[in-house]
Amino acid sequence: MLERVDLLQIYYFMRLTRAMEDRTRTLFLQGKVVGGVYTAQGHEATTVGAAMSLRDGDCIVPQHRDLGMQLVRGTSPRAVMCQWLARGNSPTLGRDGQLHIGDMHHGIVPMISMLGESLPVACGVALAMKMRKRSTIVLASCGDGATNTGPFHEAMNFASVQKLPLVLVIENNGYAYSTPSHKQFNIQNLSERARAYGIPGETVDGNDVLAVIETVGKAVEHARSGKGPAIVECKTFRVRGHSEADKADYVPQDVREEWLKKDPINLFEAYLTREGILTTAKKAEIEANIKAVTDDAVRFAEQSPAPDPETVADYVFAPDGPIAIVGEPGAEDTRYVNALDRRTGQPFTTIRKTEEAIGRR
Amino acid sequence: MSAKVTYLEAISQAIREEMRRDEAVFLLGEDVGTYGGAFKVSAGLLEEFGSERVIDTPMAEAAIIGSAVGAALMGMRPIAEMQYIDFITCGFDQIINMAAKMYWRVGMPVPIVVRGPAGGGTKGGPFHSSTPEAWFFHAPGIKVVYPSTAYDAKGLLKAAIRDNNPVLYLEHKLLYRMPELREELPEEDYVVPIGKAIVRREGEDMTMITYGAMVHQCLQAAQVLEREDDLEVEVLDLRSLTPLDREAISASVKHTNKVLIVHEDALTGGVGAELSALIAEDLFEYLDGPITRVAAPDAPFPYAPALEAAYLPNAAKILSAARELAAY
Repeated sequence: MLERVDLLQIYYFMRLTRAMEDRTRTLFLQGKVVGGVYTAQGHEATTVGAAMSLRDGDCIVPQHRDLGMQLVRGTSPRAVMCQWLARGNSPTLGRDGQLHIGDMHHGIVPMISMLGESLPVACGVALAMKMRKRSTIVLASCGDGATNTGPFHEAMNFASVQKLPLVLVIENNGYAYSTPSHKQFNIQNLSERARAYGIPGETVDGNDVLAVIETVGKAVEHARSGKGPAIVECKTFRVRGHSEADKADYVPQDVREEWLKKDPINLFEAYLTREGILTTAKKAEIEANIKAVTDDAVRFAEQSPAPDPETVADYVFAPDGPIAIVGEPGAEDTRYVNALDRRTGQPFTTIRKTEEAIGRR
Repeated sequence: MSAKVTYLEAISQAIREEMRRDEAVFLLGEDVGTYGGAFKVSAGLLEEFGSERVIDTPMAEAAIIGSAVGAALMGMRPIAEMQYIDFITCGFDQIINMAAKMYWRVGMPVPIVVRGPAGGGTKGGPFHSSTPEAWFFHAPGIKVVYPSTAYDAKGLLKAAIRDNNPVLYLEHKLLYRMPELREELPEEDYVVPIGKAIVRREGEDMTMITYGAMVHQCLQAAQVLEREDDLEVEVLDLRSLTPLDREAISASVKHTNKVLIVHEDALTGGVGAELSALIAEDLFEYLDGPITRVAAPDAPFPYAPALEAAYLPNAAKILSAARELAAY
């Protein structure tokens, strides 16, 4: 059972996710974000809820609309804002943007733009966990669009054959960019795809954070107990366009209105208020905290330097030296090439310092 | 010294010894376990290391290479076998967009080896004969090696497995069991460093720059040129294409002043095109003749014996191009 403190933490992360994206959009409108902006208003129950089901040592393989997952697992808001503003001290040193960030020592696998391609990689992480006899699991996500790719099938099939500790959360938001579900696949629920792999598949209301936590939690338990992978489809809605350049005028007005009534944060807030968990004072405290965190992240990013043009062709290859098996004793010893970010000589910057981390241990 | 081994046995030895040396090393691919691989490179490995380290996978190259990438991010050192290197196209994205850009983007090393049988001369047709080095030679972030001898096959594979980057290891299937290539290998552990070329034959009249199976065609042609034309030809075996041993190329060209580049891959945009550009840019004043290339024509690889013979570069074609260049 979730304690009061957990429920408030979930609420905090959902609100923080939305606030970070609102700020990112403002920065975009101010012309400060050089590239595309992809947000996930409406996905917060799915992304935060799914990540709340994990433990220390577990790994996430998030995609571009999974800021909620990243924040729950400890990704620093400062790092995120530095990514959007293409700063030289961002986790990718300005070489890549958006949420294309990760840190294996904290269980976050960086994505690429070719959606679906992260799923075979998720299999490899899970395979390593299985080979090392761990009780940890991998939680990967993908959108409805990525379920149509070859790598989706290759990965889920391989994961099933190998009984890998992998949970796939499909965030079905109804559209792959502008293409609606009925032009993408001819089944009612994407969880039905699980039957093709002989694994469990469930569909859940992706705007109901407690339902997401319960259903993903069961799938995580299944994977952790060595029974192999599972799929959870979270049905949700992308309130804004594919990117901020997309007005999303292909979405019928009544469909949008209907989903806006089911806003996951409003729903959860109403529940918490009804149950007497979220008081006016607590809400004000959380809002002040979120404002402080986002203000700090934006300020930090704006004051951070642009990358040095001289470094453009640096770090194409990793240096020689020993590599640690991530998650094993001593793996963060700095003699290992993968212990520190050798490009900077510093720890990987995706994650907050431990004392700042609010994420569940 | 031990018994003489083939190029294929040298590859097997490298995998076996590295798996014994380092528990992070494992092999995955189609039919690599119970069956021992389509060419039997991995025969006996399942019995020695078990099914967790010698993994028979479904027929799914993106899953094979992608899983290798994921395991490598965890600090493992996977060897992903392509049953025929032609099928690497099915996992192209995992190499180019996932593995090769990873360190540069996020600072996390991806120590994987993708290896498999390449090259023609085995009546394999358009889908079992290709030699795909140029695609990967062009892509930053992946090393490319292509051994021509049993000694190098073993030493380069060990170096590739120990490297902290993605390495494409191309093994020429025509050389697998070629009796002439059998040789005694050192008992002790050794590597052939990635990025170092080797002079297979010294000479001062011309440099043939080549790699893979074409090394042997060049050596044959060089012998004929010595016997019939009184020409001393230097044969430079690149061994590694990325990184390229520019010093060895430069030293040889400065010495001979004439360059014949030979590769089995198609001409346009091939490795030879880049070599030509480098030599023209850096060594122009040392050249006493046009940079010349012998390569396959700009067509897909054909099946029928007559077409395959017409398609593949060989000693006779090299000889004719070399004579023209020598006479310049």
